Amino acid sequence: MLYAHGLEKKFGAAHVVNDVSFDLTRGQVLGFLGPNGAGKTTTMRMLTGCLKPDAGKITICDTDALKNPTLAQSYIGYLPEGAPLYIEMTPREYLGFIAEVRGMEKQDIPPALEKVASEVMITDILDHPIETLSKGYKRRVGLAGALVTDPQVLILDEPTDGLDPNQKHHVRRLIRKLAQEKAVIISTHILEEVDAICTDTIIINHGKIVSYATPKELLSQSELYNAVSVIIETSAHAEAISFFKTHKFTEHVRLAGKMPKWTKLIIYPKQKQYILGEVSSILHEKGWRVAGVQSEQGRLEEVFRKLTLN
Amino acid sequence: MTSLIAVFKREFRSYFYSTTAFVYVTLFLFAVSVFTFYIGDLTGRNQADLTPFFAFHPYIFLMFMPALSMRLWAEERKTGTLELLLTLPISDRALVLGKFLASWAFATLALIGTFPIWFTISFLGNPDQGLILSSYFASFFMAGGFLAIGGYISARSSNQIIAFILSAVISFLFLMTGFPLITEPLMPLLSPYMLDLIIHFSALIHFENFIKGAFSVSGLIYFCAMILFWLCMTEIHIQNLRMGR
Repeated sequence: MLYAHGLEKKFGAAHVVNDVSFDLTRGQVLGFLGPNGAGKTTTMRMLTGCLKPDAGKITICDTDALKNPTLAQSYIGYLPEGAPLYIEMTPREYLGFIAEVRGMEKQDIPPALEKVASEVMITDILDHPIETLSKGYKRRVGLAGALVTDPQVLILDEPTDGLDPNQKHHVRRLIRKLAQEKAVIISTHILEEVDAICTDTIIINHGKIVSYATPKELLSQSELYNAVSVIIETSAHAEAISFFKTHKFTEHVRLAGKMPKWTKLIIYPKQKQYILGEVSSILHEKGWRVAGVQSEQGRLEEVFRKLTLN
Repeated sequence: MTSLIAVFKREFRSYFYSTTAFVYVTLFLFAVSVFTFYIGDLTGRNQADLTPFFAFHPYIFLMFMPALSMRLWAEERKTGTLELLLTLPISDRALVLGKFLASWAFATLALIGTFPIWFTISFLGNPDQGLILSSYFASFFMAGGFLAIGGYISARSSNQIIAFILSAVISFLFLMTGFPLITEPLMPLLSPYMLDLIIHFSALIHFENFIKGAFSVSGLIYFCAMILFWLCMTEIHIQNLRMGR
């Protein structure tokens, strides 16, 4: 549905996007991650036809976006960073304008508008001037603009920025639902979003892709992946540490926190193997009192830092 | 075409969202009236014509057309909606044309608002209606030319005030080219042929030909070429923006 190959963009001497390639099919939600200035927004602008790449190829729904940009753009719904809007208009006028420019038939606009307004929960403010709306409403009007013509490809730059937790939850659920029929790219700084909605992730740093993986594969790169946390009685913790340190499956053991009665240990396995069952058996056999045992999923933040801090 | 109409409608309506349209038209009509009746002394001349009315249009337009065009692109750049606009399935040409035509239509509306002056003169005497039509035609095209210049300057700036000042200055240069103010400093530098060529670039000379009743094809071509040139420059600039320049 969307295919990008060897995208390059330079601004003066700065190589902002360097050989970025990926493809996306219906049902996929691609999370675009990276530190500020990594090239995420520039890549999105190239995909949407706002910026022309210096080199590379973009195909959207079998249309060469560089040879036929207008047709390619008709397949895309785009929410730019910060959701810029014509604030003097009402959401109804704004969405009507977007639908009209996108070539929607006049008689199809009112029902499409009502549908999208209900989806993003802005029905009650459709006739209020946008400038009087809260940040959360403005974001949702921007999102409605991307969705109003029911495009096949959605490109959303920080779609949940400025929303409260309930609205974030609703928008994420909406994106997951929409992704069943569409290909979606979201750019985000919120790593929990990746786990919540993305099927694939790209981490970009200094304009280059440094990771292209599923969220699970990304998590597996975390040092904490499959490590086991044990909250053990403080009186037994020293014995437990020396036992686990010498065990065949252990890479190393870390003291993660100490309170008067309970101490938290983290046991890191060799080759990140799954050791929860074995650790539980040992704890049971040894008769040590424990308040909790759990296998860690890994931390995206740690992986993100590892891949982008250079 | 549908997209062009949508952009035109949005842009045209945008003048009416606030009190901009009302204030603009009121000030325009006030300025026109002051120049026509007080400075031009329309009623004291005892002549049934609108020469004092039209003669001041170029100078009034120097202020009022940049005021209309300054926001065309500069505001979109400032608020970030330009990015949104550039991702919509509409060609740069249609975008440039839609915005320009909207500002031109609004200027025409303001021009139409001056009809009581024409009505008064027609009621009091028997003016040459052909000449009045030709003069309105010249005003209409001169407004288009100034708006095309202003549109280009606005596309190059995200500051509306700078866009206003630069548009007024460039429009002034186009207006006064051929007048001693411009030609005298150039005399030692250019050949008579070149000077003659520069004089032909004067919008004021072409405009005055129209209001004197000399409806000329060359004048029409001049104003159309002026509009097309600046619209092409705007389109090229929008293409450059897409290239990241």
